[in-house]
Amino acid sequence: MTALRPHAEDQYADELALLASTDDRPRPPGWRLSPQAVVTYLLGDGAKITPKYVGPRRLMEVAVSTLVTDRALLLLGVPGTAKTWVSEHLAAAVSGDSTLLVQGTAGTAEEAIRYGWNYARLIAEGPTEAAMVPSPIMRAMQTGTIARLEELTRVPSDVQDALITILSEKTLPVSELNTEVQAQRGFNLIATANDRDRGVNELSSALRRRFNTVVLPVPASADDEVEIVARRVAQLGRSLDLPEVPAALDEIRRVVTIFRELRGGLTEDGRTKLKSPTGTLSAAEAISVITNGMALAAHFGDGRLHPADVAAGIVGAVVKDPVSDGVVWREYLETVVRERPDWRDFYRAARDA
Amino acid sequence: MPERLYGIRHHGPGSARAVVQELERQPPDVLLVEGPPEADALVRWVADSGLEPPVALLGYASDDPRRAAFWPFAVFSPEWQAIRWAVERNVPVRFFDLPFAYRLTGEARPPAAPSPATVPADEPDAAGIKPDQSGAGPDVPRDPAAGPDVPRDPAAGPGEPGAGPGEPGAGPGEPGAGPAAEPPAGNDGPQTDRNGPGPDDSEPSGTTPAEPDQTTEGGAAPRRPVDPIGELAAAAGYDDPERWWEDVVEHRGMPAFEAIAEAMTAIRDESPEDPDDLVREAYMRGVLREVRKTYEDIAVVCGAWHVPALTRKVAVKDDTALLKGRKKAKVDFTWVPWTYGRLASWSGYGAGVSSPGWYHHLFTSADEVVPRWLVDAAGVLRAEGVPTSSAHVIEATRLAEALATLRGRPLAGLAEVTEAAESVMCDGEPLRVELITRKLVVGERLGGVPDDMPAVPLAKDLAAQQRTARLKSEALERALDLDLRKETDLRRSRLLHRLRTIGVPWGEPETTRRSTGTFREEWRLRWQPEFAIRLVEGSMYGTTVASAATAKVVRAADRAETLADVTALVETCLLADLSEAYPQVLASLDARAALDADVNHLMAAIPALARTLRYGDVRRTDVAGLAAVTASLLIRVCAGLPSAVGSLSDEAAKVLRDRLDGVHSAVGLLDDADLRERWLSTLASLAGRADLHGLLAGRLTRLLLDAGRLDGAEVRRRLRLPLTVGTPPAHAAAWVEGFLSGGGLLLVHDDALLGLLDDWLADIPAGAFDDVLPLLRRTFGAFEAGERRAIGERLAGPRAGGGEAAAGGLGFDPGRADLVLPTLSALLGRQVEA
Repeated sequence: MTALRPHAEDQYADELALLASTDDRPRPPGWRLSPQAVVTYLLGDGAKITPKYVGPRRLMEVAVSTLVTDRALLLLGVPGTAKTWVSEHLAAAVSGDSTLLVQGTAGTAEEAIRYGWNYARLIAEGPTEAAMVPSPIMRAMQTGTIARLEELTRVPSDVQDALITILSEKTLPVSELNTEVQAQRGFNLIATANDRDRGVNELSSALRRRFNTVVLPVPASADDEVEIVARRVAQLGRSLDLPEVPAALDEIRRVVTIFRELRGGLTEDGRTKLKSPTGTLSAAEAISVITNGMALAAHFGDGRLHPADVAAGIVGAVVKDPVSDGVVWREYLETVVRERPDWRDFYRAARDA
Repeated sequence: MPERLYGIRHHGPGSARAVVQELERQPPDVLLVEGPPEADALVRWVADSGLEPPVALLGYASDDPRRAAFWPFAVFSPEWQAIRWAVERNVPVRFFDLPFAYRLTGEARPPAAPSPATVPADEPDAAGIKPDQSGAGPDVPRDPAAGPDVPRDPAAGPGEPGAGPGEPGAGPGEPGAGPAAEPPAGNDGPQTDRNGPGPDDSEPSGTTPAEPDQTTEGGAAPRRPVDPIGELAAAAGYDDPERWWEDVVEHRGMPAFEAIAEAMTAIRDESPEDPDDLVREAYMRGVLREVRKTYEDIAVVCGAWHVPALTRKVAVKDDTALLKGRKKAKVDFTWVPWTYGRLASWSGYGAGVSSPGWYHHLFTSADEVVPRWLVDAAGVLRAEGVPTSSAHVIEATRLAEALATLRGRPLAGLAEVTEAAESVMCDGEPLRVELITRKLVVGERLGGVPDDMPAVPLAKDLAAQQRTARLKSEALERALDLDLRKETDLRRSRLLHRLRTIGVPWGEPETTRRSTGTFREEWRLRWQPEFAIRLVEGSMYGTTVASAATAKVVRAADRAETLADVTALVETCLLADLSEAYPQVLASLDARAALDADVNHLMAAIPALARTLRYGDVRRTDVAGLAAVTASLLIRVCAGLPSAVGSLSDEAAKVLRDRLDGVHSAVGLLDDADLRERWLSTLASLAGRADLHGLLAGRLTRLLLDAGRLDGAEVRRRLRLPLTVGTPPAHAAAWVEGFLSGGGLLLVHDDALLGLLDDWLADIPAGAFDDVLPLLRRTFGAFEAGERRAIGERLAGPRAGGGEAAAGGLGFDPGRADLVLPTLSALLGRQVEA
C-alpha cells in the first residue's frame, strides 16, 4: 500500500474484523458492529483493540448513542481535539467506510451537499439520472452509510440549510427529475465544527436542533496528553517510514507540559501566571512538533531525540504572531524554563532557536 | 429471627419505597430506626403537616450548643418514610443508635479518658475522640450528604473508596477525606456542624477537637480499607458503586433486603471493624434485647452495614463491657429545617447525596420518570430564555434511553439524562448544564417545622419576630428593599441587623444603590439551615434576639482593640436599635479614644459617628450620649492636629487631607456652633504655618475661604505666594491641587471662587505665566472634560456681564413675583391674605 495515510477502515481492518467476529450483540440496521463494539473500537479494550480516542468514555457513548437514535452528530471542540479523527473512526466502525466526506469551506456549494450535474450529459440527454452527479451525502443516503461533513460552520448559511430536509425528513428531493432519494437505514451524518470560530456561520436554530452536540475537551490531565502524543507519534513514525528513533518520553512530556502551561496560562504547579499565546497549542500540534523533531534527529542528528530537535518546532508552534507571541514565549522562557534545573539544555536550545 | 432487619441505603429513594412496601406487607408492632434515642420524643411531630422535609434532627450539648450534630431527612429517606408509616398507624417508633450524649462525652474528654479503654483494643484513642467528627456518628450525617458515601452507606461501611488503604495519609488534607473517614454510617451519625460555630469552634470544648479529629480521620482510613459497595459493584462489573446500587436495588423496585444483608455479611467478614461501629452496634443490640421483651413483631430500619452485626449472636456481657464507663452529657434535640443544597454540599466535592433533586424526582414521580425529568429541565432552560422545544425533549428522551441501553442499564439514570440534556438541549454548553444541575439536580427545597415545635427560646423569639415583621425564611436568595420610614420595614431592618450581630447572616446588606437616601436599605436574604445551630449558639447570650444581640455587642465592645472596632459597634447599635448596649459601647468608645494617640484614628472615627448621629434621627433612636462622645473626640482631634501636620510625606499628606475633609463635613453635620468655632480656629492657626505640606496648606486655605474665615484679598495673597520664586515647584503644585481639589463643578457654580481664581490668573505677569501653567494644568487635568468645558464657557461667556446678571439680569419683577405668594402660602398651610 502506498497511500500516505490509509483510511481508518483499512489501517484498522483487522481490529474491525476481530470485533465483528466476536460481536454477538444486536446491531442496528445498516451497522457493521453493535454500538457497544463501536465504543470498544474507539476506546480500546486494553488488549487487541488499540484506543483511538483517549478521553472520557461517556463522550463516546453519547456520540454512538446519538448515531443509534438516527440523530445527526455535531462534534465541537477547539482545533486539534481529535474531532475529525473521531468522526473518521466512527464512520469506519459503523459503516466500514469513512470516505463519504464533504470538506466545508466558505466556497462549499449546495451541489456538494445535494447533487450536481454532468453538464455534457445534461445538454446531450436532458435531465436524467445518469446525468446527475451525487454528492457524498447523497451516496451515503442511498447506501445507508455514514456521511461526514468537516467544518460545518465554515459552510455558508444558505448551503447549511440544504441539510435540514435531509436530516429531518431523511429524504433528498430531486425536483428536476420529479423524484427523490430516500435515505436507507444506517444513514447518518457526522459534522465537525470549530469552537474557536464558531461565529463564522453560526448554525440556524432549526439546523442546530437536528444535531446532538458533543464537545470534545482538551485532554484533562498531563498524563493523558502525554499518552495521546506518544501513541500518535509512534503511529505516524511508522506510516511515514521514519527511521526508528526511540521516542524519548521525557521530551514528549516536556512538550506537553509547555503546551499545557501556555494554553492554561498557569504553570502546572499553580504558582506562576502566564500569558497565553494566540495559537491553540492542541495535542495535535504537540504531535507534529515531536514527529518533526524525530525526523530531524533521524536524518540530521545522532538518531536520538535531543532538546534542540524539538525546540525549533515548539517555537514555531507557539509563536504564531511574531510580535505578541514572541513576547509571550520569551517571558515564558526566561521566567519558567530557566528556573527549572533539569530543563537547562532545553533552555539553551530554545534560546538559540 | 423475631425481628425483621431492613438494611437500607441512607437517602436512597429505592430503599425508601422498598421499606414502606415491606412494612405494609408485614406490619410490625414496633419500629426501630437508626438515630439518636434522645430524639424519641420528637417522633410524634412527623405526623404534623407543618413538619415538612427536608428537615434535620439537631442535637446539641445543653451547656455548649456549639457541639452539635445534625441527622438530616429528606422525603426520600427510608428512615423518614418508615417513621411516617409508623406514626400514621400509631406504631411505636424508637431510635436505637448510640445516644448522642455518649458521643459528646467521648469527644469532650481528652483521648486518655476512660472511654477509649472500653473500646476494642485496636485503636484506643480513636474511640474517644472520634465520635466527634470523623468517625462516629456525627459525621455520619454528612454521609447522607455524601454522595459516594451514601451508596456506600448502605454498605455503610467503609469510607470512601479512595480513602481506603491506598491513601493512608489522606486524612485531613484531601477533599474527599472528611467524608471518607466518616464511615459508614450513613445517616446514622449526626452531622457535626463544621461550619457553624466558626473559628472558635475548638475553644469551648477544651480539647481542641480539630486536631484530634484530623488524626482520627487519618487513622480511620486504614481502618476501613474496604468499600463494600465498591467491592460488590466491582464484582458486578461496575466502575461506579453508586450506579451499581441504583441498578441493582433502586431501579428494581423490589425488596432485596435479604440479598443485601448477605452481601454485607460477606464483606464485613473480610474487612476490619471500626471501633465506633462496634460500640454503636453493641448499643443497638442492647436496645433490641430490651424491645424483644415487650414486643413480638419488630421491624428495624438501619444502614445495611449494621445488619450483619445486629443478627450476630453476642453475649450480653460483651456488649455491656463495651459500653461501660461511658458518661452521658446533657443534650437537647429539636427538628430544624434543612435544604437540598445543604444535603448535597455537606462534604464538598465528590461526597454526599450529590443529587437530592433527582432522588426527590425518583421518589415522587410514579411513572415516566425520564420524560418528566427532561420536561422539567426544558422548563428550567426556558425560564432562562433558552429556546427549548418539545422536540428537544423527545430527542433527549430517546438519547437517554439509547445511552441506557448502550450501557446495559435497566433504566436511564441521572448520568444518562444529564448527558442527553447536555447534548440535545444545551448544545454542549457547560453553563446551561450547570444551570440544570443547580436548579434541578440539587434543587433548592427548604423544609419547614411547625410553629409550636419546642425550640430554644431564641429560635422561638425569632419566629415570633418574623411573624410581626412578616418575613419568611426561604432557601432561595431574594432581594429585599426596605423603606425605613415605614414601621414594618424598620422592624425588618432592625431584626436583620440584630441577627447579623448574633452571627446569623440571614440578610446581607447591599451597598450598590445606597446613594438613594438614608431611609432606604437593600438586603439580600437567604436562609441557610445551619442558622439553626447558630441560633442555639446565640441562645447562650440571651433568650430573645434583642437581648442576645445586646449581650454580644457589649462583649465585643469590651474586647475591641482599636477605636475603629468600637465605632463600627456604635453604628451596629444604632442600626440594630440596641439601646441597652449603647451606654456601654459609648463608654468603651470614650475609653478607646482617650487611649488612642494617633490623631488619624480619631479623625477616621468622627465621620462615622456624625453619620450615625444623623442616621439615628431617621431611625428615631436616642443619640444624646453619642453627641457628647463625638464632641469630646473632636476636641481631642483639635488638640492633637497641630502636632500631626508637620513634615508629612506626599502620601501621608494625602491621607490627612482626606481625613480633614471628612472631619470638616462631619463638623457641618454636627450642627454645634461651639465645636465648629473651635474646629475652624484650629484650621486657621494651622493654615498659617510655614512647614505645612503644600497639599494641606492649599486645602486649609480653601476650607477657611468656604467657611468665610478668609476674605478674597487674603486668599488672593496666599494664592500668589506659592507661585513666587522662593517656593519649590512641587510645593506650589501641591498647594494648587489642595486648594482646588473637590471637583471642577464647584468652580462652575461658585462665582466668587471662580472670580478669585480668574483675577489671580490675570494678575500673573506674562513672564511667570509659563512657569505657573504646568501647575495649573496638573490640577485642571484631573477634572472631567465636561467640567473643564463648563468652566471655560463660564469664563468666556456671560460672565463678562456677570455683575449685571446677578443683580438685574435675572429680571426680578416684584409685581409678577407677588402673584405666586397666595398659592405658596396655601401650600405652606398659611392663611391666604387677601
